[in-house]
Amino acid sequence: MSTSENSLNAVELGISRVGSKILGNVAALGSLVLFIQETVRQIFRPPYRGRLILQQMEFIGNQSLSIVLICGFFIGAAVSLQVGTIFVIFGAEGMLGAANGKALSRELSPLITGFLLAGRGGASMTAEIASMKVNEQIDAMEAMAVDPINYLVAPRVIACLFMLPLLVSIFNLVGQVASVIVGVFIFDIDQGAFFEKMTSIVEPADIWSGLQKAVIFGGIIALFACRFGLSAKGGAKGVGQATTNSVVTMLLVLLLVDFVTTYVQIVFA
Amino acid sequence: MIRFENITKQFGDFKVLDGLNLEIPKGKITVIIGKSGEGKSVTIKHIMGLLKPTLGRVIVDDEDITDYQIEDLKRIRKKIGMLFQHAALFDSLSVFDNVAFPVLEHESITVAELKDRVQGALDMVGLPHTSQKFPSELSTGEKKRVGLARAIVHKPKIILYDEPTTGMDPLVSEMIDELIVSVSEQNPELTSIVISHDLKAALDISDNAVMLYKGKVQLAASPDEFRNTDDPVIRQFFSGKVEGPMEFM
Repeated sequence: MSTSENSLNAVELGISRVGSKILGNVAALGSLVLFIQETVRQIFRPPYRGRLILQQMEFIGNQSLSIVLICGFFIGAAVSLQVGTIFVIFGAEGMLGAANGKALSRELSPLITGFLLAGRGGASMTAEIASMKVNEQIDAMEAMAVDPINYLVAPRVIACLFMLPLLVSIFNLVGQVASVIVGVFIFDIDQGAFFEKMTSIVEPADIWSGLQKAVIFGGIIALFACRFGLSAKGGAKGVGQATTNSVVTMLLVLLLVDFVTTYVQIVFA
Repeated sequence: MIRFENITKQFGDFKVLDGLNLEIPKGKITVIIGKSGEGKSVTIKHIMGLLKPTLGRVIVDDEDITDYQIEDLKRIRKKIGMLFQHAALFDSLSVFDNVAFPVLEHESITVAELKDRVQGALDMVGLPHTSQKFPSELSTGEKKRVGLARAIVHKPKIILYDEPTTGMDPLVSEMIDELIVSVSEQNPELTSIVISHDLKAALDISDNAVMLYKGKVQLAASPDEFRNTDDPVIRQFFSGKVEGPMEFM
């Protein structure tokens, strides 16, 4: 075979690999869209699984509470310290509460709570469903004429949609308490001025925009976590692989969607 | 009755079933045997509609389910119970909740009736005092028996056993085999299909046996005919020797 034929074959092979990769990704995206469509359908279809939804709410909300409280407090305190140190230079330390409130409610609370929930609840959901998948429990469910999306996915999605905004609100509150402590005790800001600026500059729209993100992030975490779990193959290795892929994908998708949502909120504000 | 009409099932380029024709009689125990990879599990997955044939028709309980959509398949699946190879119990549910699962999903009955049904099924498999335990607290044999209780609790017309004795010690294997026969005797209308590698035990419990080879039925006959056949492939399978006409992939 001549050199030119060899290089042509290499080019063909390269194009074929790229093409097959693109087709694979398009197929995966299509399958994700069908999965989301089916999940939305199952959320509104009986049987409605109130007990499972409450169980998931307890798991996602109550069991994530302590980590959200701790993170909310220390992130609120750290941001206040950073911002306060800069504001002191300009003599604008009175704006500390307002700046912290804006940053937390619009951006930090939903994003960090989303990350926490993806790492804790999302990883756990993927591992549990993946383990059920590789141990034939999902097959058993289907064999008993029970739809796994109705039984496993819909309750988790509903629970995340409700619980993430609640956790974000708690994160906001605790972060602001930390900001008050830092402002009053470290930067000696007058309490009245602190609260006056905070309440006049942080608007309900700021909190609302963070809660909108929380609902979107909640849906993303539950959908991706369940999707990766249901796609798991093989034994214990498959469960580990699915969990790792799920968490990495969730974090990247949250960052991307956060940017898009922020842009849309600013443009349409 | 269950009928496979000229079933071909292909995964990629690999044909697992290749023009399979098979009739499984109602109210009998039929054992499907064959070496690993011959499509035994694939065959029973067609009965539940978990797999669709590439070609051919599948008839279950006088209904052609080949092109059924999920809602019709669910109706068919409600008539079927299945014991999985590793029992496939739900780890997060107690034994009671595992056994009650198919009843709670598809029937509206009182709590007292439910307790009776579940207890009855657990009694039948010889595990009357395990209802509050969790699967992690059970031995492998006990898990299989709970799996069997779950498969029979909703009074199915067809029951599928996917290698029910694989990995069991001889005593537990015999106990499971006796349970299969006992469940069948107590429900004369029940059609039982058992996938097995354990040829001798399989022929002991069955009314009817089928051997799959190269995606087709090598022989479908009574256990006695199996024992007395001159078919070299079946003789080799009986003998368990590698040398012979049987091809290994």
